[in-house]
Amino acid sequence: MSIPWQSFLRMKIPGPWSLFFLLVLALLWLSLTPWGRESKPLINGAGASFPYPLYARWFAAYEQLDPTVRFNYQAIGSGGGQQQLFHQTVDFGASDSPMRHALLAAAPGKILQIPMVAGADALAYNLPGSPPLRLAPETVADIFLGRIHNWNDPRLAQTNPGIRLPSLPLVVVHRSDGSGTTYIFTDYLSKVSPEWARIAGRGTAVRWPTGIGAKGNEGVAGQIRSLPGAIGYLELAFAVQNRLPYAEVQNRAGHYVLPSPESVTQALASSPIERGDFRISIANADGPDAYPIAGLTWLLLYEKSTDRQKAEKLLSFVRWCLTDGQALASSLDYAPLPPRLRERVLASLPEIR
Amino acid sequence: MSAFRRDRSADALPSAAETRSLADSVGIGKILDRGFGILVTAAGISVLALAALVGWELYRGAKEAIGRYGAEFLVNSHWDPVAGRFGALPFLYGTFVSSAIALLLAFPLSVATALSLTEFAPVWLRRPVLALVDLMSAVPSVVWGLWAMFEMVPWLRQTAFPFLQRVFGWLPLFQGSIYGVSLLAGALVIAMMITPIVTSLAIEILGSVPPTLREAAWALGATRWEVMRVAVLPYVRSALVGAGVLGLGRALGETMAVTMVIGNRPDILLSLFAPGYTLASVLVNEFAEATSEEHLSALFEIGLTLVVVTFVVNFLARLLIHNVPFFFAPRPLPTQPTEGNR
Repeated sequence: MSIPWQSFLRMKIPGPWSLFFLLVLALLWLSLTPWGRESKPLINGAGASFPYPLYARWFAAYEQLDPTVRFNYQAIGSGGGQQQLFHQTVDFGASDSPMRHALLAAAPGKILQIPMVAGADALAYNLPGSPPLRLAPETVADIFLGRIHNWNDPRLAQTNPGIRLPSLPLVVVHRSDGSGTTYIFTDYLSKVSPEWARIAGRGTAVRWPTGIGAKGNEGVAGQIRSLPGAIGYLELAFAVQNRLPYAEVQNRAGHYVLPSPESVTQALASSPIERGDFRISIANADGPDAYPIAGLTWLLLYEKSTDRQKAEKLLSFVRWCLTDGQALASSLDYAPLPPRLRERVLASLPEIR
Repeated sequence: MSAFRRDRSADALPSAAETRSLADSVGIGKILDRGFGILVTAAGISVLALAALVGWELYRGAKEAIGRYGAEFLVNSHWDPVAGRFGALPFLYGTFVSSAIALLLAFPLSVATALSLTEFAPVWLRRPVLALVDLMSAVPSVVWGLWAMFEMVPWLRQTAFPFLQRVFGWLPLFQGSIYGVSLLAGALVIAMMITPIVTSLAIEILGSVPPTLREAAWALGATRWEVMRVAVLPYVRSALVGAGVLGLGRALGETMAVTMVIGNRPDILLSLFAPGYTLASVLVNEFAEATSEEHLSALFEIGLTLVVVTFVVNFLARLLIHNVPFFFAPRPLPTQPTEGNR
């Protein structure tokens, strides 16, 4: 079909709609154009938000060392990380709770669960004058089971002889969203209190017998800060950043210990390790200086990968994290793995020829 | 009889001469026209397809839970992800109670604001207030939530709730210990968030009253109050109710701000000072970290329930706004002066 030249002259100036139409066409064309594909392999990961600040630091530092690799990590939560790895939509997952046997068995390949660092939950509280506080395991369990309603309870006074605790209603604050922080804390409670294990159990989200739920570490910190008489568990870094006082907790050896990267590494060092399976719980560890409310965070990947180049890059990144990268952990209030465990983990990584 | 009267002048077609000259420059114009038509139709269909896809995905995810728990899911009040027992009743209860209280607070306020702006306020005040109302509806949910968490909740805990308890403490609704975060705090945030929307709808609706009605009432010597009561309100009553129900539809789905102040406790407690939970909140809280299949499936069913509930509520609102005589049939307009207009 030929269009007479004159008709072009008589054409009106295009209105907004035809401009919009042209814009859509242009966008379509742009999206279909093959862009110069980058040669750098992009390694995709997804999972836990608990170790995300550290992973972000690691990625940035490692991309400086090896400019041929790029990382993309989505902190969508441990459950999401496990699911996405299971469906092979990401190259690696990250999780604060070990993967369930059912999921492992149904996975298309063998999944390695590699511990990266450990973290602690601090028990932060809001009391007038912020006195130091010492808590025994049974007392912690009683508080979160809803059996202690006031700060002047004799069970609290017993472990805090030098302090006059006020008569103030005690309010429990817990995480409302599923989280690795909750898993660590409920894992601890299940270990020290058979009753807790029976009533609530361990998990990233549990049925809390008492208290109010706040979203995220920042939510719990906000509630504790604004509510006199509140007590709740927080990832250590958030308690430090928010300048909230946190309690010394009595460990298995009977000592009162404050959470810190060192005391968590102590907990790691004194926990039994099984060969080849690193799904270890380090809550309520034996060591004399071990902080009892602690847990590991894992990186998950398939032992055999379809993409050789990517798998190689990913494994050398993991090796770097477990060696030089560990130094970055304690500056962000995570606990580096003790040397003995580190060597075991490194030895268990598959060789790539 | 639509409450949203269209401005007829905007519908006017371009003059015949103009159309002709466009049609003459055929060729490219015709092609563009056809192409555009196809594009717009595709956009229209894609919306339908998207809705169907969302519904299907939700159903697919929830199938396991629906099969396992059946109707018990909606009446069981025990939610325990560790033990794998899932009942959604506390969330349904929290959603309905918080939304109902919110609507109870927001609806009269919105209608009063709209009335004052259309009937009473001086003209110089109308534009700024209107602009402010529209601006309020643009504030993101999470900003409301932050403000509520750090400003409103402490004030409620220290001042408002103790006062309410002193005055109404004999009612079980206002008993129990006060934490600040509570079902009532959630309802208040929702009320603040839906007020701007219901208000601008109500202004729109009141603006649709034909001026002749008002003038007729004025001519009969009615006072302002009588004009409102006799001429304006009967004409728009069902549309206003529809606006309220649309607000309710929004209230049911409010997520972030509510999650931050409602206390997130899956129990049915009579006291409004006690923490509660809503359907939307449990989704945003637990979805990311749900590791077991049953838990995920139960959450999908929560999502499905929420979609169905909001869909039904919105459907009812449309019925009312478009004045279908359903249960709020408009009263026939008074043809003779009633006793009020003597």
